[in-house]
Parts: sequence; structure tokens; C-alpha cells
Amino acid sequence: MSSRSDILAALRRNKPPQSPLPDLTPRPEIPSGALEATFLQALELAGGRFFVSSPEHSVSQALAEAYPAERVICSAMPALVQGTVDLHRITDPHHLASVDLFVCRGTFGVAENAAIWVDERQIGHRAAPFLAQHLAIVLNRQEIVPTMHEAYARLSVAEPGFGVFIAGPSKTADIEQALVIGAHGPRSLTVVLMDENDTVRT
Amino acid sequence: MNHPVAAAKFNEDAARTQWHDEALWFVRQKRDRASRTIPEWEALREQASQIKAHVLANLDTYLEEFERNARANGVQVHWAQDAEEHNRIVHSILKRHGVRKLVKSKSMLTEECHLNPYLEAQGIEVIDTDLGERIVQLARQAPSHIVMPAIHFRKEEIGELFHDRLGTEAGNADPQYLTEAARQHLRAQFLSADAALTGVNFAIAETGGFVVCTNEGNADLGAHLAPVHIACMGLEKIIPRAEHLGVFLRLLARSATGQAITTYSSHFHRPRPGTEMHIVLVDNVRTEHLAREDFRAALKCIRCGACMNTCPVYRRSGGHSYGYVVPGPIGAILAPARDLKTYATLPFASTLCGSCSDVCPVKIDIHTQLYKWRQVVTEAGFLPREKRLMLRLAGRLFKYPHLYQAAGRWGRRLLRKLPRRMLYTPLNAWGRARELPEPPRQSFREWYIENRKPE
Repeated sequence: MSSRSDILAALRRNKPPQSPLPDLTPRPEIPSGALEATFLQALELAGGRFFVSSPEHSVSQALAEAYPAERVICSAMPALVQGTVDLHRITDPHHLASVDLFVCRGTFGVAENAAIWVDERQIGHRAAPFLAQHLAIVLNRQEIVPTMHEAYARLSVAEPGFGVFIAGPSKTADIEQALVIGAHGPRSLTVVLMDENDTVRT
Repeated sequence: MNHPVAAAKFNEDAARTQWHDEALWFVRQKRDRASRTIPEWEALREQASQIKAHVLANLDTYLEEFERNARANGVQVHWAQDAEEHNRIVHSILKRHGVRKLVKSKSMLTEECHLNPYLEAQGIEVIDTDLGERIVQLARQAPSHIVMPAIHFRKEEIGELFHDRLGTEAGNADPQYLTEAARQHLRAQFLSADAALTGVNFAIAETGGFVVCTNEGNADLGAHLAPVHIACMGLEKIIPRAEHLGVFLRLLARSATGQAITTYSSHFHRPRPGTEMHIVLVDNVRTEHLAREDFRAALKCIRCGACMNTCPVYRRSGGHSYGYVVPGPIGAILAPARDLKTYATLPFASTLCGSCSDVCPVKIDIHTQLYKWRQVVTEAGFLPREKRLMLRLAGRLFKYPHLYQAAGRWGRRLLRKLPRRMLYTPLNAWGRARELPEPPRQSFREWYIENRKPE
């Protein structure tokens, strides 16, 4: 414990005079009508793709078209998309390495950067959205906030033990600044936008 | 270390210097475009700067609050006064769990503490999992940039390195192919690691949680698979409340790479059931740095690297020329606080153009601090001999107006008359790559006396 008290004592001795926290309001607004368009534009920039589901074009159908070759599908929303492996029967997250496509729900999206909040309670295993070869996130299209400020305003960030903003597929530009999609995590991200009523039904 | 000497060596390969310069300028331009999408960008920078100033004035209480909340979340919190203690703590955790293989995501702090060689000496295999860091680790080098550790490598060199170390096909330097090879190699490491270590971008006092930002997902792949997660952070990484993340996450990636946000912004609050999560809070000279009034603002740094990408000196001298874990303008004001003598040349690795301060998302007065460090270096007597001599000479000259005027007259005359080989000597550093100016016929003072005689 002595390092702790030494460090704290040094901080008290050396810290600068008081300085107030800034007021984070007011902020300019993105008109709510433009939220979805802004979100989708940001998603494209981040390397993600999307489709809008409808009663005529179900999520399962659309995902089957988007991922025709993927055989091992793991779904955290079995009522909406049926997987080939049962997420709840996987006890060791290492076994998720063989999953081709993981499907889960996103709580809400952020228009300015296409980040989607995914909470550990929506994914079964924390590793799942990172370890799968491809990721699909189902998002209620009414649940898009303008910026990160509104995102944190509505979030109880410490409620889940783990939560993450995901914006696009895993990527890197570490070799000569050449953008490569699919670094160690998912090689693609597909966002499925649904209408409120459809999500309620499922 | 000696920056001008190391920079001159880097500059020997002119084509490579040019390429390096352009690669970084490209990132700087992406940053500009990203920042312009936010009308309130300048207000955001100001808010970020004020939040950090507030944090520095209350580090003790916020760290205590953070510790209390993290403990309540089931996270084990450790305090380390220096690099040695940090390394010992990490090793003791790993030893207790019988860890043989550790996967690490990017952490400049552990570079600062030289954790890898320490653990390797104890028989632990350490795998850096950020692609850029893995490249420099395989090449047995240090990162040359804090965000893009392998920015100094040509893809052909990485192709050769991977052929040698990972068995990729000879002569293949396609980034897509090489990244795929690294993916296969690193996923195998994630799946077989006994523990994961990550850095920390922001730690939230209010909730006891911390945020790690990556594009590759490597921090998450490590932390969510291994039974032990150790997160190491410098004391200054703390922020008061979760709402402040809104400000910092809007600034960080836009400043760093021109992305609106990193692919993953992971918020860790509690360990997975049956696993352990540790946080090591590291001082390592930070409390001393905090006492320096002129220089403490450097502790606001959120490690985006924007000052490097914009710096005309960094771009043309490369990260390794700084000889410190954090290169570039911010490194040149952090390093002298640790060891003034060793890093005495770094505050001079700048044109003082101020571009670093202009792009800094937390508004650190980087170029002013560089200027102030120069005085400290000079007063401590760490200036090179020729510079000291020239400055003493200039001091004399400016002290006596007549001497100064005479020197000017003679200079203007001699510059016209003397042969080139006497003017462009090794002493004439300016003339190494440039022509001396055309000497004017008269000085401004002479002209003034001639034209503005009192009525």
C-alpha cells in the first residue's frame, strides 16, 4: 500500500490550482430527419453495409442472400434468425472461433460515426462479435442518436460488465497505410435496419 | 541519443524520406477533412482541454474514486511508482496464474516500462497483437509512431519479414495478403494465450471502468478469451464521468487517423464470471512532471499522434530519430522531463511553426513548451559546444551596437567578395542545402539614416 500513499501524497503536493469542468451544453443538433441518412453514410465510410428488412424481405432471408457461403451461423436473436449452432450451449468462448456469421442486436446507433452500442447481455459471450468471421447487427431504425454526446446521455455505461461501440468491420492500415478490411476480427459488418413494429413482433 | 545525427542518417535515403513525409501528410489531410465535418470542432477541443486541466488539478481524488468503484466492480487495482514496480506487479499476476503466453494490445506505457524484455527474461512469451506492433516486434525494433507503429516500413520489407518469420510466400508484398497471414497467425495466438494485457485510453472515475479503442479488435480478442486481463494505465488517463467520453471519443480517432471513431470502443467494467481483471496505475515520473508549471499540460495528451503527422521535422526524420518511446513534438516535451541530459536535443527537433499545437485535440501548447525546454536545456549546460559558442558570440554582438553594425557592414561586403569555397565551409550549416541570401547594399539602419533625416 505504500506506493499508493506515496503516489497520492505526491499528487496532492504537485497538483496545479483548481480548474472548473466545462459546460458541455448547448450543442448543435443534427435534424432528426437526417439521422438515418447520416448514419448510413458514416457506415459506408467505416466499411460496413446495410439492408432494411421488411415483412416481404425477412432478416433471415436477407442474411442468407448476403452470406450464401457461410455455414456456421450463431444467432443471439434465435426468434428472428435461426442459427446452426446454439449460442447457449457454447460454454467455452474459444469454440466461437469456428463461427462464420454471428447475429446480434444493437441497442442504438450513432449517426455521426455509425457506431452501434452492443451490450454483453445481447451477445452471450463477450468474444462472439469479435471472433466470428462475419458480424450482423440488427438495429431498430428509430434508435439512432445524433452524436456521441447523446449516446452517453442515454447510456448507463457501467450497467453491463462489458459494452462496446462497433463501427464497421475489423480493419487495419498498418502496412503502408493501405486499408485492409478484416484484420483479426470480422471481415464484414452488415447492419440490418428494422422498423419498430417489426422488432417488437420478434 | 542525438536527434540531428539520427535524423541525418534517416535523410541519407532521400527517396524514402520523401515517401515517409508524404505517407504522414496523407494522414494529416485525413484528419483535416474529419475535423471539418464537425462545426463545433474548436469548442470540442476547448472542452477536452478544460476537462483535462480539471483532471490534473484533482488527480488524487479522481484516482481514489476510480479505485473505489473499480474494486466494487470486482476489479483488482494496483499502484506502481515506477517502471520496475509496474513490471514486477504484472509478472507476479502472470506467475500466480502460471501464464506462459501473454497477448498484448497496444500500450505505450508498457513500452515506456520495457515490460516485454522483462517478461521474456522470466520465460514468458509476449505477443504484440496490433498488426503494426507485431511487425516491429518480429523485426526486433521499437514502434516509430504511437498510432502507426510500423509506418517506417515499406511493404516489401514487411513481405520479406513475414516470409522469414511467418512463412508467407517469397516476394509477395500485397498488404491484403500479408494482413491475412498476420490474421491467421494472430488468431492462433489469441486462442492459445493464458493472459491478455491491454492499454487504457480512458478510465472513468465515476464508474470505475475503462475504455480501450482499437480498429483491429485485438484488445477484445485477447481480453475476452484469456482467463486473466491486465490493463495498464498512466495516472493521467483518468476522466471524471462517462459523459466526458462523448467529447474525447469524438476527437480521438478524427485527430489520429481521420476516422469518425475507431471500429471498437470497448468499455470494461467487470471481469467475466470466473476470470480476473486487474488494473495497474502507473506513476513513473508523472507526479514529478505534474509539479512543473510550464510543462504539466503535456500530461493532457490522449496519444492521438496528430502532432507527429503534421510535424515537418517528424515527417522527415522518422520516429526512431527521437530515441524515446513517444516520438514527435509531444515526445520532445515528455522525454526531457524524464532525463534532460539524454534527451537534450529533442526540444530542438522543431521549427517552432506551431502546427502541433494547432492540431492537438486537447490544446497542449506544444511549441511553446518546446521553446521553454530549450531554455532549460541551455541553462543546464546541455547545449552542444558549437551552438553554445555561437550563442555566446551572438550575445556579445547584440550587446554592443557598434560591434553589431560593423559586423553587418563587413558581412555584407565579404559575402559579395569571398569565393564560394570560403563561404560554404562545414561551419556553414545553413549553406549545406541552401544558398546564402544575396547581401543587400545597405542595412535598414543605414537606409533609414539616409532617408529620414530629422527635419
